[in-house]
Amino acid sequence: MTIGLVHYLVVAAILFTMGVLGIFLNRKNLIVILMAIELILLAVNINLVAFSAFLNDLVGQVFAMFVLTVAAGEAAIGLAILVIYFRGRGTIAVDDVNRMKG
Amino acid sequence: MEYAANIAMTLPELVLALGAIALMLVSAWGGDTSTRAVSIASVFVLVGAGIALVGPASSGGYAFDGLYRADAFGAFAKVLIYIASAVAIMMAPSFFARSQGEDLRPEYPVLILLSACGMGIMVSASDMLTLYVGLELQSLAAYVLASFMRRDGRSAEAGLKYFVLGALASGILLYGISLVYGFSGTTLFSGIADAYAGTKSLGLLFGLVFVFAGLAFKISAVPFHMWTPDVYEGAPTPVTAFFASAPKVAAMAMAVRVAIEAMGPATDQWRQIVIFAALASIILGAVAAIGQTNVKRLLAYSSINNVGFALIGLAAGTPEGVSGVLMYLTIYVAMTLGSFLVVLQMRGDDGQPVETIASLAGMSRTRPGLAAALAIFMFSLAGIPPLFGFYAKFAVFSAAVDAGLFPLAVVGIAASVIGAYYYLRVVKTMYFDDPAPAFAPMENKVEGGLIALAAVFVSPAGYLLIPVLGAWTMAAARALF
Repeated sequence: MTIGLVHYLVVAAILFTMGVLGIFLNRKNLIVILMAIELILLAVNINLVAFSAFLNDLVGQVFAMFVLTVAAGEAAIGLAILVIYFRGRGTIAVDDVNRMKG
Repeated sequence: MEYAANIAMTLPELVLALGAIALMLVSAWGGDTSTRAVSIASVFVLVGAGIALVGPASSGGYAFDGLYRADAFGAFAKVLIYIASAVAIMMAPSFFARSQGEDLRPEYPVLILLSACGMGIMVSASDMLTLYVGLELQSLAAYVLASFMRRDGRSAEAGLKYFVLGALASGILLYGISLVYGFSGTTLFSGIADAYAGTKSLGLLFGLVFVFAGLAFKISAVPFHMWTPDVYEGAPTPVTAFFASAPKVAAMAMAVRVAIEAMGPATDQWRQIVIFAALASIILGAVAAIGQTNVKRLLAYSSINNVGFALIGLAAGTPEGVSGVLMYLTIYVAMTLGSFLVVLQMRGDDGQPVETIASLAGMSRTRPGLAAALAIFMFSLAGIPPLFGFYAKFAVFSAAVDAGLFPLAVVGIAASVIGAYYYLRVVKTMYFDDPAPAFAPMENKVEGGLIALAAVFVSPAGYLLIPVLGAWTMAAARALF
């Protein structure tokens, strides 16, 4: 069996869905949410690189590099906000993020 | 030579980026004592970026091989963004001076400058890559701003919620972009438009839906609005004012550009999504606001409601509709910044901010000027005729009617009546209820001046500006078609 574009797209779609579900179904820990966000961005990268390879077009790979860079910045800011949140509340459980009614 | 032309077209962003970097160094060296100087310098950097808009930056066409487009549409949005950012910087010092143990640090104006730079890139992007980078620059600065009061639990929580949902929105948008890229073979808006003009494959349509879902998150349109009330309530008031104005304009302008320039040939496909989001936002924004007791939460629902009206202009998909969106955004920015400036004056004798609607009771007797200004903003937000807010709604509805979208216009007008209820409730509380304890007197003359300016702009006197604003928004809208 040859591995075609569709296989890559299916893997990316599964990872993307897992990432989105990870944000909404996770009731435990905010770190898991950060991991889920990372999973979404990596799913997009698989998509971009697979399309880039099958289209013989480099733009997709350049785009993936930018996404990786931004993901690093996003993780840094996310963890920084998590740290000040933990300092104030002493917990990072998702169920406790309810000071304001949402 | 061509490089120099590219630089000239991106001059406003360069001014902001270099200004922000230089001021970041100043604040690293000077520490908290440099806050005042950095704030003043930041406002001048924004003015400088505004001046840089004159010339090639507003009419030059494509720069950097089509990645960036300098046109009248982007220039108009940038003027609004710069004004709103400057006001957000100016209203910060007095707020932070009163909050206990949380001084204004020089990072605040620098972050606003970086965010404004990102917004400028967003509204001028003509390639998905530029759009994404600009959007992230704006968002990353905004996440930090939301949690700026480090010792305040609510501010940290607002930052956290904004970060998680904002990152999710970027992820959804990006997934859509990856599909659009894969099935059209390019990230340039012009190339994507060519792909949509041909047979629309399933992949292209899926991409369109994901891109619009991501954009709806950023403009906080229903059903992706759930972060808005919490973030607006928890963030420091000047930051909330900033969120409700500048990023809203930028995201809306970006959505318009993507819809018209990249996906124009698929108008029939995205129109359904936009109409649904518009009506759902108007109705939910009006109904959910009724039970609110916190002023900032009320204004959050009001912003959801207003985004719905602006989307009606986009649904029309015509130059008149786009010009209506820009007109709406202009007036909306004035009304929102004015309302938040009044909220900033709400503080008890001890100087602490008060945010309940009940504390506004009887303000017409204790602070008649402020009560009159807030009444003008509320009537204008409700779209009651003599005020300028009515003209904003009129512009988008007439565009929708001209485009043949009668049901949309009828439902929208009917729902705006529901919205009027809660705006008028605020006016009733101020004018007819027994006085609550009076607020502390206003200390800052600049804020008083800005409130007066915004109030005059949305008062019937604003109609004098229609010939100028109308011509300008129309020229901006024509640049997209």
